[in-house]
Amino acid sequence: MNLHAIKAIYKFEMARTRRTILQSVVSPVISTSLYFVVFGAAIGSRIESVEGVAYGAFIVPGLIMLSVLTQSITNASFGIYFPKFVGTVYELLSAPISFLEIVLGYVGAAATKALMIGLIILATAAVFVPLQILHPVWMLSFLVLTCITFSLLGFIIGIWADNFEKLQLVPLLVVTPLVFLGGSFYSISMLPPVWQTVTLFNPVLYLVSGFRWSFYGTADVSVGISLAMITLFLVLCLAVIWWIFKSGYRLKS
Amino acid sequence: MPPIISVSNLSKTYDGGHEALKDVSLDIERGEILALLGPNGAGKTTLISIICGIVSASGGNVTVDGHDIVSDYRHTRSLIGLVPQEITLEPFETVSNTVNFSRGLFGKPRNPVIVEKVLRALTLWDKKDQKIMALSGGMKRRVLIAKALAHEPRILFLDEPTAGVDVELRKEMWQLVDTLRDDGVTIILTTHYIEEAEAIANRVGVINDGKLLLIEDKDAMMRRMGQKQMQIRLQTATDKIPPQLTPYDLERSEDGLTLTYTYDTMAERTGITKLLTDLNAAGLVLRDVQTSQSSLEQIFVDLVKATP
Repeated sequence: MNLHAIKAIYKFEMARTRRTILQSVVSPVISTSLYFVVFGAAIGSRIESVEGVAYGAFIVPGLIMLSVLTQSITNASFGIYFPKFVGTVYELLSAPISFLEIVLGYVGAAATKALMIGLIILATAAVFVPLQILHPVWMLSFLVLTCITFSLLGFIIGIWADNFEKLQLVPLLVVTPLVFLGGSFYSISMLPPVWQTVTLFNPVLYLVSGFRWSFYGTADVSVGISLAMITLFLVLCLAVIWWIFKSGYRLKS
Repeated sequence: MPPIISVSNLSKTYDGGHEALKDVSLDIERGEILALLGPNGAGKTTLISIICGIVSASGGNVTVDGHDIVSDYRHTRSLIGLVPQEITLEPFETVSNTVNFSRGLFGKPRNPVIVEKVLRALTLWDKKDQKIMALSGGMKRRVLIAKALAHEPRILFLDEPTAGVDVELRKEMWQLVDTLRDDGVTIILTTHYIEEAEAIANRVGVINDGKLLLIEDKDAMMRRMGQKQMQIRLQTATDKIPPQLTPYDLERSEDGLTLTYTYDTMAERTGITKLLTDLNAAGLVLRDVQTSQSSLEQIFVDLVKATP
């Protein structure tokens, strides 16, 4: 195992985070605070509690997931896309490192950053609404697992993308709609039965549901299924990345 | 001692069908400086890229220090430093961060002493905290070299190292190559500049259209392939070449004062003695005689032209 290489990539990526602190950390915190102001305080005060939880508090797990998913994907995709864009990827390909080590470095850094942002948003939320976390260990596990899984997805997108537009495409056109329609701001029990069934095909539902369970003990789907779905997605991403490095897709000719 | 790099029957066909390398075999000895010459698109960069692991070969194999570059890539790549042709650097990083990153990537622990030595050797030390985007083109090229040297490689690939570089920096790079050679580093450089190969290489390989046309000791190549020319200055101008001198294929200068005779240094007879006798017999009086050897450039042009 080339530990020095993993460390070098990780530190290099974390340095990028420090350099772009405003855009990396401050902007997601501000946008989430705005959600709290609008949905939590302004509109939320007119909405009855959902499954016994005040609406402002109910949306906290969904909001954290929204940011964490977007951040994981953006960080990881940019992290690997940028060397391809400026050409420094030659160094990565000619270095004595395995695909696993490259992934550990890039995905590790992206996941760390997403986790930091998730925790900062959690702390911000605590300022606006009274929070309750019934299963803190599970909460953290769900959060970490989501950060890793979606950083892996971001890594795949970064390799697939050959321009900046494609880099933005998936987060904007796929992830954001899935998060909004995946029960981040409502319980799917509020939907007509047909739409409840449709929503079950949305993978984000399982993330949000499991994550919300760790806060309030209520869930749209059982926790076991949530966990199984995240794990399945994680394995899928790993398999795709393994194939990318094996075939050299978009990296090696 | 076995060669440090051994390339056997290497071929590469890109997805688009372009055949960049055709059955190339060569051995590179430890500590030598090998210059690979060839026109654009000849396959030089593809060859280097395969050895370094950036491009996958379609056929054949390569060993570095006796290890296969695919199955034992950790060993082979850790020995190699690569300076690419294009200036490819992270613009927002500082010089020292990016050099430290390269060292780590190649599996070496942080070592400020070595990084300082490399940066000083490339006169980058006082720029170490500057962002790369603030550097001039020449300085950026130095950073690329510093990155390649940061993990103390035993083999250094320089892909067109002096393309677009001013004379001063080019001379500095040649000096650096000399120092590295003294440290026992094997250096492989590709270049368009024949004078570069002529000035620093021990051996020269000529690649064209994906094939290695020849590879041999630079001096031997120049001797073998080199044609010499003899300029014969006459006391008085001649308006035509006398008929008895026709077999020598002489060229007459416009003023009629100089005759040029081209001959092969390796031929059994150069024909010089006989020519001088015949000149005398034709009544031409010599004023001066001068010889000059064709450059590597001429040899290269001849070779490339001869490729079918």
